[in-house]
Amino acid sequence: MDFFDTDIESLRSHLAAGEATARALTQGALDAAESLNETLNAFLQLDRAGALRRADEIDAAASADEGGQTLRGVPLAIKDNICTRGLQTSCGSRILAPYHPPYNATAIERLKAAGAVIIGKTNCDEFAMGSSNENSAFGPVRNPWDTSRVPGGSSGGSAAAVAAGIVPAALGSETGGSVRQPAALCGIYGLKPTYGRISRYGLVAFASSLDQIGIFGRTPRDIASVLSVIAGRDENDATTANVPVPDYPGEIASDINGTRIGVPRELFGAGLDEEVRASVERAIEAYRELGAEIVDIELPHAKYCIAVYYIIATAEASSNLARYDGARYGFRAEDTPTLREMYRKTRDEGFGAEVKRRIMLGTYVLSSGYYEAYYRKAQQVRTLIKQDFQKAFEKCDAIATPTTPTTAFLLGEKTDDPLAMYLNDIYTCTANLAGIPGISLPCGLSQEGLPIGLQFVGPHWSESSLLKLAHAYTEAHPFTARPKVRASQKS
Amino acid sequence: MPITESDIEKIAQLAHLEITEEEKRAFTPQIADIVAYVEQLNEIDTSDVEPATGGLTAEGEATDSARDDMARPSLGQQTALDQAPDAASGHFRVPKVL
Repeated sequence: MDFFDTDIESLRSHLAAGEATARALTQGALDAAESLNETLNAFLQLDRAGALRRADEIDAAASADEGGQTLRGVPLAIKDNICTRGLQTSCGSRILAPYHPPYNATAIERLKAAGAVIIGKTNCDEFAMGSSNENSAFGPVRNPWDTSRVPGGSSGGSAAAVAAGIVPAALGSETGGSVRQPAALCGIYGLKPTYGRISRYGLVAFASSLDQIGIFGRTPRDIASVLSVIAGRDENDATTANVPVPDYPGEIASDINGTRIGVPRELFGAGLDEEVRASVERAIEAYRELGAEIVDIELPHAKYCIAVYYIIATAEASSNLARYDGARYGFRAEDTPTLREMYRKTRDEGFGAEVKRRIMLGTYVLSSGYYEAYYRKAQQVRTLIKQDFQKAFEKCDAIATPTTPTTAFLLGEKTDDPLAMYLNDIYTCTANLAGIPGISLPCGLSQEGLPIGLQFVGPHWSESSLLKLAHAYTEAHPFTARPKVRASQKS
Repeated sequence: MPITESDIEKIAQLAHLEITEEEKRAFTPQIADIVAYVEQLNEIDTSDVEPATGGLTAEGEATDSARDDMARPSLGQQTALDQAPDAASGHFRVPKVL
């Protein structure tokens, strides 16, 4: 029996009914991951020994009280910038290729406590910097829908793993859209939570005021299940908020009648691919039939989000990546007679081009003489962007836009022009700047058969509403298309 | 003011990045382009706007995240040195400073 492309609820039922063992599910996921890796390059490491050991423990204790382990026996994949004790955590970078963290991220601890089986670590853009997964030191990830194309980034490996049906869900991370964007390009669901909803302890820092762990799934309900497990205050992350965690799966099927969906029409113009626009507008119209009210809203400063983002994120990155110096962990360059040379050569050899570019940009905008002009200015515009959303949310409950301006582009198509690559984040990075949650859901295919994503963002702590909106659409308009490259033998 | 190769060299120094001549030649126009792009923020009047510091929501700000300053078990020396490229006598060993 083929358990690929099966949602978490069904997997749990199969396990409970004895139709599958945790070992069988785990073995299946590992085998699929391995056999598809030459094509997709989604995984950097598979933890066969650890995962099977965990699966066997779960099977052995099957008759014991599960103690509310809602993900018991479910195989998952984790982006390689999230610390997993004893398992390589490279962040897609040569500079951390040798690194095996001595601790688990809080999100990992919580997943394990819920009985999940982590099968391995997924490929990503180096230090989460990228929108195509072409910046990994370990080769690009390919889109399961068309392997000449990118899966999106930076969490491309996790997106590909879920899209190809290898695992039902995976963790990624967001700083400017790195879960929602690849979710859209890979035809799956991707959620970025409110800033402070999920602990960043063990998430390798890129930009501390923007970073959040995000979740990929093939159904909104699966995302809700994972979110319930990992969300919540964590003593180890002072930026997590003391906000109660709702019963996301329990609330997901509630009625969306009367929900006001705001549409910022001015963002549907130049730069947006025509097919994407048409598909997203059709999907928004479909919400009318589901009882939602569509209202026009404005986000006057949204168009500046890339400029704001690439100042703030790079500034914070230049600080966060200062720790990679070859002294205490990770890669150290050879033949460096002095400490200073050790730092410089380690970083030159250890970091890829995009990471260096961003560190330099960040260093520049924070440097004496430029700080006011760039960094402080960007922080002020960030305030304006937050205010735009606050005003908009007086008139609506959620805002709908495309997730990305185009469908998946070709490998190599945008690598010569960093700025063109940055513009992929145009619809997503506002949410990171404002700290608000967002979800991408697949709403159609282009003529070429490539997935198109619709995005909702909502006020702080409105993850439940976003999941409800996604769920309602899925029920009325199921997205049944599947990529060419997949684990499942089912048609 | 457009970014020059000399600027890139200075920035690289600040960031402890030893970039090659080739990298310098490649990065200069790319970074110059990006800086030119972000300068569009000057179109906006922000004279009365407070800069956003950090990413906390209102609830995040309201969360008391302080703990008592008490010593707790930590990684331990062996674990802490376990990932070191070069460790000796309970220290991280590095090339000479001067």
